Amino acid sequence: MFTALYIMLGLALLLGVLLGVSALLLKVEGDPLVARIDAILPQTQCGQCGYPGCKPYATAIANGDADINQCPPGGDAGAHALADLMGVEYKPLNAEHGLPKPKSVAFIDETTCIGCTLCIQACPVDAILGAAKHMHTIIASECTGCELCLAPCPVDCISMLAVAETPDNWKWKYPVFPIKVVPLHSPTSAT
Amino acid sequence: MNAIVNFTNKLLNNRFGNNKSLNNKLTDIFKFNGGVHPPEHKVESTTLPITRLAIPEKLTLPLRQHVGNLPKVKVQVGDYVLKGQILAEAEGTVSAAIHAPTSGTIAAIAEQTIPHPSGLPDMCITLLPDGKDTWTGLKPIDWRNTPKKDLVASLRASGIVGLGGATFPTQVKLRADGKSGVHTLVINAAECEPYISCDDMLMRERAGEIVKGIAIAQYLLGAETCIIGIEDNKPEAASSMANACIDHAGMLVKVVPTLYPSGDARRLVHLLLGTEIPSDKRSTDVGLQVFNVATVLALYRYFEFGEPSINRIVTMTGSVKTPQNFEVLFGTPLQSLIAAAGGIKPEVSHFIMGGPMMGFDLPNAGFPNVDIPITKAANCIIAAAPRQFAAPPPAMPCIRCARCADACPVSLQPQELYWFAKSDNFEKVRDYNLFDCIECGCCTYVCPSNIPLVQYYRYAKSEIIAIDRAKEAANMARERNDFRIARVEREKLERAQKHAERAQAGKAEINNDVNAEAPTDKQAVIAAAIARAKAQKLAASGMTGTSTEKTIMPATPATVMANQTETLNNETAKPDKQALIAAALERAKAQKLAAAQAGIAPKNTENVSAFVQAEINKIDAIREKAQQATATSKTSS
Repeated sequence: MFTALYIMLGLALLLGVLLGVSALLLKVEGDPLVARIDAILPQTQCGQCGYPGCKPYATAIANGDADINQCPPGGDAGAHALADLMGVEYKPLNAEHGLPKPKSVAFIDETTCIGCTLCIQACPVDAILGAAKHMHTIIASECTGCELCLAPCPVDCISMLAVAETPDNWKWKYPVFPIKVVPLHSPTSAT
Repeated sequence: MNAIVNFTNKLLNNRFGNNKSLNNKLTDIFKFNGGVHPPEHKVESTTLPITRLAIPEKLTLPLRQHVGNLPKVKVQVGDYVLKGQILAEAEGTVSAAIHAPTSGTIAAIAEQTIPHPSGLPDMCITLLPDGKDTWTGLKPIDWRNTPKKDLVASLRASGIVGLGGATFPTQVKLRADGKSGVHTLVINAAECEPYISCDDMLMRERAGEIVKGIAIAQYLLGAETCIIGIEDNKPEAASSMANACIDHAGMLVKVVPTLYPSGDARRLVHLLLGTEIPSDKRSTDVGLQVFNVATVLALYRYFEFGEPSINRIVTMTGSVKTPQNFEVLFGTPLQSLIAAAGGIKPEVSHFIMGGPMMGFDLPNAGFPNVDIPITKAANCIIAAAPRQFAAPPPAMPCIRCARCADACPVSLQPQELYWFAKSDNFEKVRDYNLFDCIECGCCTYVCPSNIPLVQYYRYAKSEIIAIDRAKEAANMARERNDFRIARVEREKLERAQKHAERAQAGKAEINNDVNAEAPTDKQAVIAAAIARAKAQKLAASGMTGTSTEKTIMPATPATVMANQTETLNNETAKPDKQALIAAALERAKAQKLAAAQAGIAPKNTENVSAFVQAEINKIDAIREKAQQATATSKTSS
């Protein structure tokens, strides 16, 4: 009778040690959920969601503080992806946080720029180049189009330019078929 | 049953030595899955020989004529260029140069419509020919006695790209180190797409030059064997090629059955050698390289005569009066080509570049005077009439008949790809190997429901590429944002630290002061107060003096000391200062004099460039002259 008890006890101890060791060895650093949400977010760092960047928003979603439909740059596809990841029902984008816009980049009118460096301090991705009392310019390839530099500019010399379509970034369109109007059979011709 | 026999054969061959298997490989044809037989329409354009098109009035050379980076423009508007002169040089690894197709003047470097499915404008160089057609100094290369590495490097300036239509820069395909590990060179002369006959005519007329080009390509790659794959609907081309390479050991013409798309590189390799190139590998990984016939001809012209890639053979066919093949300079307007072919028939509705299966409609603005240049990719222009190229009837629902799967030469499942592409399920469509699709159009061709399947795949592909690019940009933005946050944090810390240090230092100073002066401090204050009182008394008694102001100043120990000693030093202080200044002036003068006597000029003129030295000398001369002038004026006055 005791043999069985010992065997079970031995097994329990063995498995317990195994679990303990594997918990130490296979420890996951950080919160993988936040990283996975962050991977879906478009990283514009625009703050339209109400959080100071994409990672804080991801953390808020992971903690259940924020909804999944607060990211206009992510668009509908982003909301779908977040819904899939979080296992919740898809929600259309919340218009309170803004509407999706075509991708654009900031442009500094260099003749008006006074070199105040306020936009440089506002840019979340260091995409503005310049120094105090010297003209500033945007590194277009790094600009996320977050529009955070527009507000601080004291001379309103920054504008958003939509990214133009070139043969390089041109996309094949979804196949559509022109609908032809077929004249209805009038009663006279039918008879 | 056949498969089993093939398999046992293969096993036996492998066991009994490579020789037999190689022999087998050289005669057998290995069929691939699927394929279709669209009407060929090749005969129309092969009745007349290749004609060289006259130099047109204007040449428009798009910078985007190849796969890869845009080349860098090396000329300016107004420059006079000679035929074969480089206009734009290759930028980055995958890029190709562009040369002047004839001599003339650069009229513009601006955006113009290019032959691209988007119909969007792009940068083009416009050249106005002077009609003289003067060659720039051509440098033929003695390729047999030049290191392979240099030969491949020189190809970068040749502008040669794959002329089969893919336009991949050729120098990239010929490894730079000259040691490619390629044992077999496959020459793609299948030309499977309907209507196109430029390679056919080229082989009929210039087989000798092609074979010489093959020899160069073989030498560069180190490939011992070469197999030329020609479809059996081109018997004249096959026989002329076979005749031309009769005394070249290791060169072999293999006639393959006509079946679209046997001209796809991977399909052709499978047909000729039975080798399936894995989808994630290149042909060079299995010791093969594939070149188009026209490309090897361009290689020959480049190495033997130094001629860069400035023209190509274009099939002008469809509803034109005399369909024919033309040797056309790059940049030639489409209108010149149409005029040479006798003009279009009235029923023509638009133009197609490439074949009817894989080609695309050229932008139709200004039809019939479509202003589009011929580029390196333009193997065929079809004047399309609705009779042959009717708009497809409206698509019906997919009935899942799987005819597309039977026709797919890549053995994909087009019906599944369609399903997922249509519903924007990009992850899934990628999982079904969308990117292995060669967009040959076989599935669309056989679809009984007239579904434009390839259009859906192209749409899905470009969407996925855009998503991937956006993801890459997002990752970059995340990295930059993280870095910025870290930097701001660090700066804040540094500032706080500096503040703390300064505060500490200030405190220490005060402490030091307090410690050092503490015993005397009180006494000093008392003394100052007494002094003040005395001064006030003096002032009150009517003695006006400068010292009153000073006494109002806060009485630090130092001022007290000063006040006490002031009366003593007042007379001696002023002359003392003046004496110091005078002494300093004297010293400086003495130094100057000593330097002048030693002949040392106090200038920062060591290690300056010759140009700067010349500038300095000039300025020195002017200065000397000015000094002399002032000196003479002084003496005269």
